[in-house]
Amino acid sequence: MQDTGTALRKQEHIRSATQKKQSNLVRSLKKYKWLLLMTLPGVIYLFINNYIPMYGVILAFKNLNYAKGLWGSDWVGFDNFKFLFNSPDAYLITRNTFLYNITFIILNLIMAVGVALLINEIKDKVISRFYQSTFLLPHIISMVVVAYLVYSFLNVESGMVNRLLMKWLHIDAISWYSEADYWPYILVIVNAWKNVGYLSIIYFASIIGIDKEYYEAATIDGASKWKQMTRITIPLIAPVITTMTLLAVSGILRSDFGLFYQVPMNTGALIPTTNTIDTFVYRAMIQSGDIGMSSAAGIYQSVVCFVLILVANAAVRKINKRDALF
Amino acid sequence: MGTFNLKKNWGPALIHLFFWGFTIVSLVPFILVFMVSISNEDSILQNGYSLFPSQISFAAYQFLFNDFSEIAKAYSVTIISTVIGTIVSLLITALFAYPLSRADLPFRRTLSFYIFFTMLFGGGMVPWYMTYVNMFDMKNTIFAMIIPNLLLSAFNVLLMRSFFATSIPESVVESATIDGASELKIFYKIVVPLSLPIMATIGLFNMLAYWNDWYNCMLFIDKPELYNIQYLMTKTLTNIQYLLMKSNSSAQVGELLAKMPRETVRMALAIIGIAPLLFAYPFFQKYYISGITSGAVKG
Repeated sequence: MQDTGTALRKQEHIRSATQKKQSNLVRSLKKYKWLLLMTLPGVIYLFINNYIPMYGVILAFKNLNYAKGLWGSDWVGFDNFKFLFNSPDAYLITRNTFLYNITFIILNLIMAVGVALLINEIKDKVISRFYQSTFLLPHIISMVVVAYLVYSFLNVESGMVNRLLMKWLHIDAISWYSEADYWPYILVIVNAWKNVGYLSIIYFASIIGIDKEYYEAATIDGASKWKQMTRITIPLIAPVITTMTLLAVSGILRSDFGLFYQVPMNTGALIPTTNTIDTFVYRAMIQSGDIGMSSAAGIYQSVVCFVLILVANAAVRKINKRDALF
Repeated sequence: MGTFNLKKNWGPALIHLFFWGFTIVSLVPFILVFMVSISNEDSILQNGYSLFPSQISFAAYQFLFNDFSEIAKAYSVTIISTVIGTIVSLLITALFAYPLSRADLPFRRTLSFYIFFTMLFGGGMVPWYMTYVNMFDMKNTIFAMIIPNLLLSAFNVLLMRSFFATSIPESVVESATIDGASELKIFYKIVVPLSLPIMATIGLFNMLAYWNDWYNCMLFIDKPELYNIQYLMTKTLTNIQYLLMKSNSSAQVGELLAKMPRETVRMALAIIGIAPLLFAYPFFQKYYISGITSGAVKG
């Protein structure tokens, strides 16, 4: 008897608690109606632009038949992935994307931090600003324009590089747009040209944030400029370096489509060294219409990147919690 | 004394030398393209592209201005999508970011995660493309150059959110609420005027993204009359005849092609394509640099 009584009371209690919770929710929804409505356009946009395509992951496991539609098409399990990984392309595009990114990360980091340390040595604000805005210029132009600029150097008949090679070194003209071997170097240079200025400004911003007292104390102790850079500046901007590198590493299978598509001018002969996962996905979809394989390659990229960012973040969390992204 | 000074001035001099080198490297490609565009076609054929053209000629520009309709059309597409896109995206970003900056908002964590997750994982380009083409039927419409991927960047929302959270005093919002102002009124009467710097920065980022976009045009647009300037440039780089083919019959094309100063016309188009950005750059570089530095890394 007593047991049922307690049970009843318990139930009553739970019911009133949920009711209270509900009415609280209703009240706060009412109170924050406008604020919540303000987020609506953004929520809908992200739903369309990002969440619906996540749903589209199933494309990679189907043999798309336009007549049957996405849902009616046959499931093929991992066939698309099997095709992809059995083709020589899978290895090539993974290798290219990976190696380019490793090179970009290391070279750009060294150059950008170096440049940032040097801008910090310029005491004249006006001159410092002038330098910063000129080397930021390459960063604001589109890859189409970059492709034009590169073409003006590498064009076979009249490009400046060939003309100079012939004039000064008496070497025959090199047909840059049909020799794949040169492109890893060319693209590394182009990427650095476009991004080092931008990255250095990010590092420079964090250098300015360092308390001047550290340097004053170091100068009194007789520390050289070099010592100050290596013992004060670099350790203090290490968190920013870590975050930037972490972000870059987690995107190691992503590539700048424009750099690998526009700059080599989509030339067939250059594909062995300029094809990356992103250009492969595009070509497989648009040029060969292979929806299954191209979406499989896209998923492969997304999943690897997702895992990498979680692992990288966990690793950083372990070393220093404050530097972690989330 | 002399050696002492020399030693003392060595470092700064070397640094300036380095930066002059860096400046030249950054600018030379632009100068080269410009110089080619004002060179005489024959001198190009003889001497190749050079920073110091032996003969100056504006034939390439004359040729392009002769039939400017293609370029004008492409420019109007770029301008329309840039203006509409920038305004709408700034609005959506600010509307999304402001409520998230309010600590008392219900579902705040859920909404933040909803945004943040889009930065971690994506379905890839194929389903994204098919969403717009098959579900929303955007192929060959101007919307395809405004909406996909450009309208809202999760990163910008987080950037703006932290600006609002740190620079809009809670007390101001509270007292306005007590005075009976609605949330919408608080937003456009108090929040927006107080955050003009971040609005300028994000607006500038968005504007550049729209102005420079060729990717959406390449994916979604097949109709030449809807090409934007960046994509017109892409087409012309690989195929110089492209500029002529659209508005002329094939007989005319052959004739025009023979007269066309090909090498210089290509570079003149590049100059016409980047000129607005280059002219505007001195005026907005300040905001751009401070945007990069204030946004620094963590959103």
